Amino acid sequence: MTTIETAAGPAEPMVLNMGPQHPSTHGVLRVILDLDGETVLKAKPVIGYLHTGIEKSCEAKTYSQCITLTDRIDYLAPLSNNLAFCLASEKLIGIEVPKRAQYIRVLLTELTRISSHLVWLGTHAIDLGAMSVFLYCFREREEIMKIYEYVSGQRMMTSYFRIGGLALEPPPGWLDRVERVVEAMPGHIDQYEELLTENRIWMARTKGVGYLSPDDAIAMAVSGPLLRASGVPYDVRKMFPYSSYEEFDFEVKTSGDCDSYARYKVRVAEMRESLKIIRQAMNKIPSEGPFRAEMPGIIPPSREEMKTSIEGLIYHFKIFTEGFAPPPGEVYQAVESPRGELGVFLASDGSAKPYRAKFRAPSFVNLQCLPKLCEGRLIADVVTCIGTTDIVLGEVDR
Amino acid sequence: MEFISQHPVLVASIIKIAVLLFIVMTALAYLTWLERKVIAHIQSRWGPYYVGAHGLLQPLADGLKFLFKEDVTPPVADKLVYTLAPFLALSLALSAIALIPFGPPNILIPGLGQQVFAITDINIGLLLVFAITSIGVYGVALAGWSSNSKYPLMGGLRSSAQMISYEVALTMSVVGVVLLAGTLRFNEIIAGPHGQSGYWLHFVPRWNIFPQIVGFLCYITSAFAETNRVPFDLPEAETELVAGFHTEYSSFKFAMFFMAEYANMITVACLATILFFGGWLSPFPDSWTWQKFLPGAGLVLMGIYCAYDTVSEMRGIARIQLAVVSLLCLAAGLICLVPSVATVILGTFWFTTKVLVILFVYIWIRGTLPRFRYDQLMSFGWKLLLPVSLANLVATAAWIAYGWVRHG
Repeated sequence: MTTIETAAGPAEPMVLNMGPQHPSTHGVLRVILDLDGETVLKAKPVIGYLHTGIEKSCEAKTYSQCITLTDRIDYLAPLSNNLAFCLASEKLIGIEVPKRAQYIRVLLTELTRISSHLVWLGTHAIDLGAMSVFLYCFREREEIMKIYEYVSGQRMMTSYFRIGGLALEPPPGWLDRVERVVEAMPGHIDQYEELLTENRIWMARTKGVGYLSPDDAIAMAVSGPLLRASGVPYDVRKMFPYSSYEEFDFEVKTSGDCDSYARYKVRVAEMRESLKIIRQAMNKIPSEGPFRAEMPGIIPPSREEMKTSIEGLIYHFKIFTEGFAPPPGEVYQAVESPRGELGVFLASDGSAKPYRAKFRAPSFVNLQCLPKLCEGRLIADVVTCIGTTDIVLGEVDR
Repeated sequence: MEFISQHPVLVASIIKIAVLLFIVMTALAYLTWLERKVIAHIQSRWGPYYVGAHGLLQPLADGLKFLFKEDVTPPVADKLVYTLAPFLALSLALSAIALIPFGPPNILIPGLGQQVFAITDINIGLLLVFAITSIGVYGVALAGWSSNSKYPLMGGLRSSAQMISYEVALTMSVVGVVLLAGTLRFNEIIAGPHGQSGYWLHFVPRWNIFPQIVGFLCYITSAFAETNRVPFDLPEAETELVAGFHTEYSSFKFAMFFMAEYANMITVACLATILFFGGWLSPFPDSWTWQKFLPGAGLVLMGIYCAYDTVSEMRGIARIQLAVVSLLCLAAGLICLVPSVATVILGTFWFTTKVLVILFVYIWIRGTLPRFRYDQLMSFGWKLLLPVSLANLVATAAWIAYGWVRHG
């Protein structure tokens, strides 16, 4: 234990347990703080309060069943998780997904990015006392949730992406709903920016707070907006394009200021970039065409085929009772989730269930920079720093 | 009757205290309702809606809930101080209101003679209010200390430091007004020989806000800090210190802190009205005699609106509740339209209106701004507010010394 020099001689610092039950640790994160007055001498994150054993559970389920578990990893961006797992499985088996499904996946994951950033912005703002932004953000997120519900039947645990494509043909008129959200969103983002960007108090609370140098960021394998706000233009969508991202025109937003304000700017800019991608995807998506690949024995046949042909019926029965067995091997597939590089590592032993499934969760990796961000600063800054790393505890603990 | 005629002051005071306490407690309760409603509409929500029509019975439900909750005292707490702190906070917050004049003095009330429209009207009113509110910090500091817990301790420390720092700026910012008025008595600050009655250019009321705009801005900022409101709500910064100094408090003790905070809000809003907005003075010239029917007309209109809402929107029991509200408004409005009553209540009407406007600004700010950090708050208070209010004081003094304003 460190000691502090006081007028009355050396003293022990006050140890404050922030969390796991605390309004602004974004779930059940516990941070043990050594305090000298209001100054944080040492911060130690303690995790594991939301451990659900998703990776282990995957080993007992068929590949298709695992998708429902991935929804629950990062519960603010379920579709990004679905996508990462599906892409990894498809890589393992070697499935070529139809372009139409790929574009729809891009569109929906970018919507997910916006909704996740909205939650981040709202919670970060309410952590710093700006209460109204929180409710405005959730109002807009609700519209995105309605699109999820319309398309997949679920608001949060969508499980909409399946191995080989999508679960269902999107309902008619869904693009009009997306259009409406995309139309309104820039105005809403302007509204948040009006309340925060030039706000003196907001700037005072975030500028220079939570400094993370590019070298530290790279050394700690930080990814996502956190890394890009430290000036490193790393984005999986650009570096290792997947799901036809190479066909889309968008910028990787970076900032060299390395502080919380820079991260705020980067995330807000990313929302606008996502809108750009969604617009392009809306133009690209063909109105007709298959929504999932055809691969008998691995991808379920259409309803029509299942009802009319004997092979279809047999495949359908086999896929949903015992699953399918990919060839033995290992794959790693990363996607750019709203929080950073979300990687899925799958090891197959040739059976219908993964031998090992490992999720490289961006929140878990990003959380290691928390002590670096807040040591030597004030308690109020700890709240800013937790907010700015944008962790989801479900993803940290998995 | 004999007792009353022998001790008119005593009897009048007791009646006034009883009436004022009732009104202030009700006002406190409905201030929470107003705050929730206004904040909700800022945030595109509805706010309380289910307990009573438009959530009008919500404060009552909240109060009952507080009463029936278990009153937990942490075993390690200093029991005496822990129990004393909320009483101290609330009683001090309420006693400051005793000095506020809600209407013009010399109202003739049958049986009790000439009365001031305040519990008491003393010559050092302003000084006493500041004295009482500055003891108020003890409630917070003791609560934080006696809970014997870490979050309350930090909240209590922050609060003591903050309230003591901002009190300096708060006091300095109103000295300019005192110099202009040449008195500490509230009724004379409002309508004394150097008070705020009359007009500049025949239409701008002679309120102190105009010569003392800098003082007013300093005052309102410090007042936000003094009452622990956003953007200076650090002592109870929910997202940092859980609930600050009252983290460990539950049940009615918590409610008392809550009420104390709102009572303090009302007090500083009243002070702002008295010092800068001409208190109970009307913004219109006296020759506009129709203005005495404004309060009655306002209430009648409100009653009509409620009646319309009752018929068009409300269903079930809410319909009956709102109908009662509507009838009450109409009855009160009609009473207020009686010329003799209208004359008496006019001052109070303007006073209340001004206070409500200031309280609305309070709530509005809460819906807009983020929170300062502790060190930023301190440097803002000491490095900006205090020098500015001192400069304002010096400028006012020079102004008066050179006779640029009517004085002496």
